[in-house]
Amino acid sequence: MPGTLLLFWTFAGLAVTSAALCITRRNPLASALWLVVTMFQIAALFVLLDAQFLAVLQVLVYAGAIMVLFLFVIMLLNLGRGGPSDIRGPAGVAVATLLAGALGVQLFIVARSAPSPGPGAGPLALAEQAEGMVGVVARPLFTTYLVPFEITSVLLLAAIVGAVVLAKRQL
Amino acid sequence: MSALAVAWLLPALPLAGFVANGALALSGSRRKGAVSIIGVGVLVAAFALAAAMVAELARGHADPAVVLRLWPWMPVGALQVDVALQIDHLSAVMILVVTGVGSLIHLYSVGYMHDDPGYARYFAYLNLFVFFMLVLVLGANFPVLFVGWEGVGLCSYLLIGFWFNEKINADAGLKAFVVNRIGDFGFLIAMFLIFRHTGSLDFAAVFAKAPTAFAPGDAAVTAIALFLFLGCTGKSAQIPLYVWLPDAMQGPTPVSALIHAATMVTAGVYLVARCGVLFALSPVASAVVAGVGAVTALFAATIGLKQWDIKKVLAYSTISQLGYMFLGVGTGAFTAGIFHLVTHAFFKALLFLGAGSVIHAMHAAYHATHAHDDPQDMRNMGGLRAYLPRTAALMWIATLAIAGLPPLAGFFSKDEILSAAYARAATQPVWYVFWLLGIATALLTAFYMTRLMLYTFHGPNRTGERERTHLHEAPAVMTGPLMVLGALTLAGGALNVPHLFGGSARLERWLEPVTHPATALRALPELGHATQWFLVVVAVAVAAAGIVAAWRVLPFERLAPARLAAPETGLGRVLWKKFYVDEIYHAVIVRPLLWLSRDVLWGVIDRRVVDGAAVNGAARLSVAIGWIGSKLQTGEVGVYVALFVVGVVFVLGAALR
Amino acid sequence: MLLGPALSVSAVLFAIGVAGVLVRRNAIVIFMCVELMLNAVNLTFIALAQNLGIAGQIFVFFVMAVAAAEAAVGLAIILAIFRHGRTVNLQNITLLKG
Repeated sequence: MPGTLLLFWTFAGLAVTSAALCITRRNPLASALWLVVTMFQIAALFVLLDAQFLAVLQVLVYAGAIMVLFLFVIMLLNLGRGGPSDIRGPAGVAVATLLAGALGVQLFIVARSAPSPGPGAGPLALAEQAEGMVGVVARPLFTTYLVPFEITSVLLLAAIVGAVVLAKRQL
Repeated sequence: MSALAVAWLLPALPLAGFVANGALALSGSRRKGAVSIIGVGVLVAAFALAAAMVAELARGHADPAVVLRLWPWMPVGALQVDVALQIDHLSAVMILVVTGVGSLIHLYSVGYMHDDPGYARYFAYLNLFVFFMLVLVLGANFPVLFVGWEGVGLCSYLLIGFWFNEKINADAGLKAFVVNRIGDFGFLIAMFLIFRHTGSLDFAAVFAKAPTAFAPGDAAVTAIALFLFLGCTGKSAQIPLYVWLPDAMQGPTPVSALIHAATMVTAGVYLVARCGVLFALSPVASAVVAGVGAVTALFAATIGLKQWDIKKVLAYSTISQLGYMFLGVGTGAFTAGIFHLVTHAFFKALLFLGAGSVIHAMHAAYHATHAHDDPQDMRNMGGLRAYLPRTAALMWIATLAIAGLPPLAGFFSKDEILSAAYARAATQPVWYVFWLLGIATALLTAFYMTRLMLYTFHGPNRTGERERTHLHEAPAVMTGPLMVLGALTLAGGALNVPHLFGGSARLERWLEPVTHPATALRALPELGHATQWFLVVVAVAVAAAGIVAAWRVLPFERLAPARLAAPETGLGRVLWKKFYVDEIYHAVIVRPLLWLSRDVLWGVIDRRVVDGAAVNGAARLSVAIGWIGSKLQTGEVGVYVALFVVGVVFVLGAALR
Repeated sequence: MLLGPALSVSAVLFAIGVAGVLVRRNAIVIFMCVELMLNAVNLTFIALAQNLGIAGQIFVFFVMAVAAAEAAVGLAIILAIFRHGRTVNLQNITLLKG
């Protein structure tokens, strides 16, 4: 539908713009906030791609928790005020442009070679209609992918312990 | 027991002498008696064996050549070279000369070198020399001959530079060796060519195949012959490689007698005679040989006119007489050349040993009075006939022989060479020039030899008041060999008295099995009896004229001692300075070569290119690459991430291709 | 229908993330650009999950979980480095040199 496509390109454009702004701000705080905006755009894109549950998760976890953590650390290190710019000189920018450009072109070529799907609703849409938006993710998660799920919880435990230990003033 | 079957013993005996004397020399032993017995004994034994071998060869009528294969040396593909000895009529003559004259000179050395600290080393080297010389003349193929050829060159170097503590002696030895090497290069090229064209290096095979392998006058055989002759000019001191022989007089006098008069320098003549077939197939090469020989003979004789050192006169005389020998073999008169080789060995050895006797006396005299004059300069001699009567008499015999007066040995051999040259001239007129050169040389030879005798033995004595009392005749161990050589000089002519005088030309007939293949290819025209007598008369007249002229012209009564003598001027100076040939060689050849070696090859190529660019450069390149690598290790994560992304881009690029 | 465009957008976002990592020197900002890259990858997975199965979305789920853990630990490390050298500028942190 042209409407969906229009929305998609709007949000995609906003995402790219805010990402570009994110990497070019002098103030790390501004960079972080622009990244949050980018994540919101990406969440919108998720909705348009039939991943509504994950869109909400993106907002809650990524933008809401992880980025907040970033902001806390930035504040903690007193980097919020403007200081000397940490962007590299012209040579660095040139190299970065070159390499990122090359990589982007190559990935673009890969993207172009993906086969375009047939018309009509894909299998995911059909499954969603059957089980609902949450169920379509939850059922595999607790059946087929149960083991990784449990291991992830162990991973999070390890991360907690690690973060606490590393952040101590004296070990 | 057959002597020929143990022919290998002949070179083995002097080799054993070398080993024994060498061990005695290295052990620092002072036992001169043992050294003398071993050194002289092996030579005498070798001579006895050689005589037995020749006698056996003479008795056996079937095979005039015996080839003794000792062991295989170089079996390489089509080339089969064995260590093999060939005893035929030519090598028979040579081994008798080498061991016979060699024994006499060894015996003489016992007296001459008696007070020398290097006594054992001397006899070791001398024995080694005889070993190599025997290998040379007994070799059955070119490589074995070449081993002997190089070996005698080595021994020559060792013996010329025997008193190596003085630079001039060491330099002389080095000069001999280096100049000889130039000739050896020619010999090697000739060997390569011979193998290429005939497929073999054995004398028997090569000379049998040569008439069919080469057309007469072919460029290939001419090249071979000329390259062989280049080797001969080195070894036998002809133009252009004769320059080492006068310098070689720095060595002990018996060495000069043995090596540089009787045996080593005659190796070239032997080689040409041995390869007679090849030279007969190339008239051009033969003409070159004869021509170079004739020119050298005259050239050296002119220089000999103005030399004051007694040994230098004899050295140039040797070069001149060798020129005669090459004139002989170049003309195709191989027997004449070999005959002159034999007679020359007798009288030249006698002359050198006699000169040694004189020098021995002069040396003793100057040593006793602590004078520093040159004991070899003829201006310091004079009237020695009163003090060394036997030496004087014997040397006069040798002088008359070398001048070519009948019935002494030198007359017959020299006359035969000149007659052969005159005979060849009938078909090739250039030989008249060679004959004239030979006659002129005969005149000058008589002149300068008489000059030597007059200045040394006649007139007033110039040695000095106090030295005179110390002059005395040599001991018996030295005059004994002189007398034997004197007898040989007197009687040697009997070896080959030509038919003209009613003789039976024994040597000619003896050598015929060896020379026949060559003379059959290129025959020597016969001379009429009248012409032959005419030539004899001319030769004798010239010789007599030379002697008389010297006696009349030279101021031997009024000569000044060396330290008071006026320097030479004009033509005399040029002759005294040997036509400045050494100086010319030095400027034209030696200096550019040294410049090339030292400044170009070493200074530039070796130091800058090989050491600097290649070796050090490779090291510096490694260090540079390492430096680049080290610069990558900045420790900055940002740089590492950038390299990481570069890697990813490359991998993706490869995957997408 | 949205597969192609989605993949293209994802490629662009990823490239921007790489550029950000290469251009910035502040450790925290570089970390944020890494998060941006992760987001771009998540977008790819979601786009492909439409036709190739739910596994894509499950993967995104786990990526988010791991990203959270990684952010926590990473920022703790940055804090520790800051306490040690009073700087988070990567150019001044060269203990890896040599």
